[in-house]
Amino acid sequence: MANIKRSPWLLHYDGSSCNGCDIEVLACLTPVYDAERFGVMNTGDPMQADILLITGGINTQNQEVVKQLYDQMPRPKVVCAVGVCACTGGVFKDCYNILGGADTVIPVDIYVPGCAARPQAIIDGIVQAVELFQKRSEEHDALVKNKGKEAS
Amino acid sequence: MNMFIRIIAYILLAPIVGGLLEGIDRKISARMQRRVGPPILQPFYDVIKLFKKQVISVTTGQSFLLITYLILMIVTGIMFYGGTDILMCFFVMSTAATFLYFASVVSSSPYATIGSHRELIQMMSYEPAVLLACVGFYLATGTFNVSEIAQSQISNIAYLPGFFVAFVFILTIKMRKSPFDTSTSHHMHQELVKGITTEMGAQNLAIFQITEWYENVFLMGVIGLFIVNSNPISIAVAVAVVLVTYFLEILIDNTSARVKYELMLKMSWMVTLFSAGVNLLVLMLVQRGGA
Ligand code: SF4
Repeated sequence: MANIKRSPWLLHYDGSSCNGCDIEVLACLTPVYDAERFGVMNTGDPMQADILLITGGINTQNQEVVKQLYDQMPRPKVVCAVGVCACTGGVFKDCYNILGGADTVIPVDIYVPGCAARPQAIIDGIVQAVELFQKRSEEHDALVKNKGKEAS
Repeated sequence: MNMFIRIIAYILLAPIVGGLLEGIDRKISARMQRRVGPPILQPFYDVIKLFKKQVISVTTGQSFLLITYLILMIVTGIMFYGGTDILMCFFVMSTAATFLYFASVVSSSPYATIGSHRELIQMMSYEPAVLLACVGFYLATGTFNVSEIAQSQISNIAYLPGFFVAFVFILTIKMRKSPFDTSTSHHMHQELVKGITTEMGAQNLAIFQITEWYENVFLMGVIGLFIVNSNPISIAVAVAVVLVTYFLEILIDNTSARVKYELMLKMSWMVTLFSAGVNLLVLMLVQRGGA
């Protein structure tokens, strides 16, 4: 079984965050934390991404966007919500335009709490997401294999 | 016999060497930015993962075009390391690059389209220097044949320093490195998303990656051709020069911001004209004088 967890590529989407969490996500890539040592790359292209990192809540305007980004990512994929805004809606929860956390439109696997979430917490979240990614990938492989058997 | 061994070695080893070079590239880049950086085998992990992901193709034609790109690039390398006509190698390489353009533009995604148009401009920028390099080899050795060029008495760089400078300059464009990475962006948050590779996911991106490795090994071979002569020791020198050149590319990549395409076109043509062009004139004058 190939070890695909060594190469998680991230797609970072900023919902309606205050930018606090986004700065912390970027801090993970700086020399102090250097997430690239785990093979993490910030791609910005859903077609090539494995993990969707979402900050900020879902509002009426971005719900379609988030759904579409999720659909454009090839399987296996993992979603990681960073910051309380993305988890539940956070301080913006009662705003007229906020629908709630990221899980109101797409299935979220990993919740990273904090306002703003600390880089250590984010990296911990990514590491957990990577484990899940490996598991999903094995399930995906088994599925593909079974399909091949059925066809032949 | 020797030729077959070289060709088979190219087909089998080029992806490994190319991948390792890219891994070292990423490691050194990280160290230049004071980061730990990914493991050296990271590019291989990436490609293995890409092969295992679900395939989502925007158009069915894309995979076919990309595979053609890969095959033509392998053919280029085979012809080069097999020791045939160097002019022909570069023609096949340009054809391969055209297939990459088509593979990107069929997706009709705006980012990929802009990226592929810029790729065409990049081709325009490096083509003159490439063709002049062939002419230079012909003037220096009297043949276009790679194996005969490699058997010359003294290293060709002695006759062709200007051509070498021009070729190293356009190598940055050819390898899509900053400041000339206009058609794609290896770094996040740039206006093009991923430029020419935006609509390539999973397998298709893996094929693109492997083709790049083949291409880099071929280009490094051309750099080496400037150095090798009939003396076997020159091969070791050529490898050293290739590694130094590659390091130079990484250094340029990490110390410069990307430029606009007009500047890229102007700079590359100027460098080509002044270093390769002047070298060409001198070479022709000297040969006229000698005859
Ligand atoms: S969790 Fe806090 S820091 Fe993060 S986006 Fe929400 S309000 Fe900003």
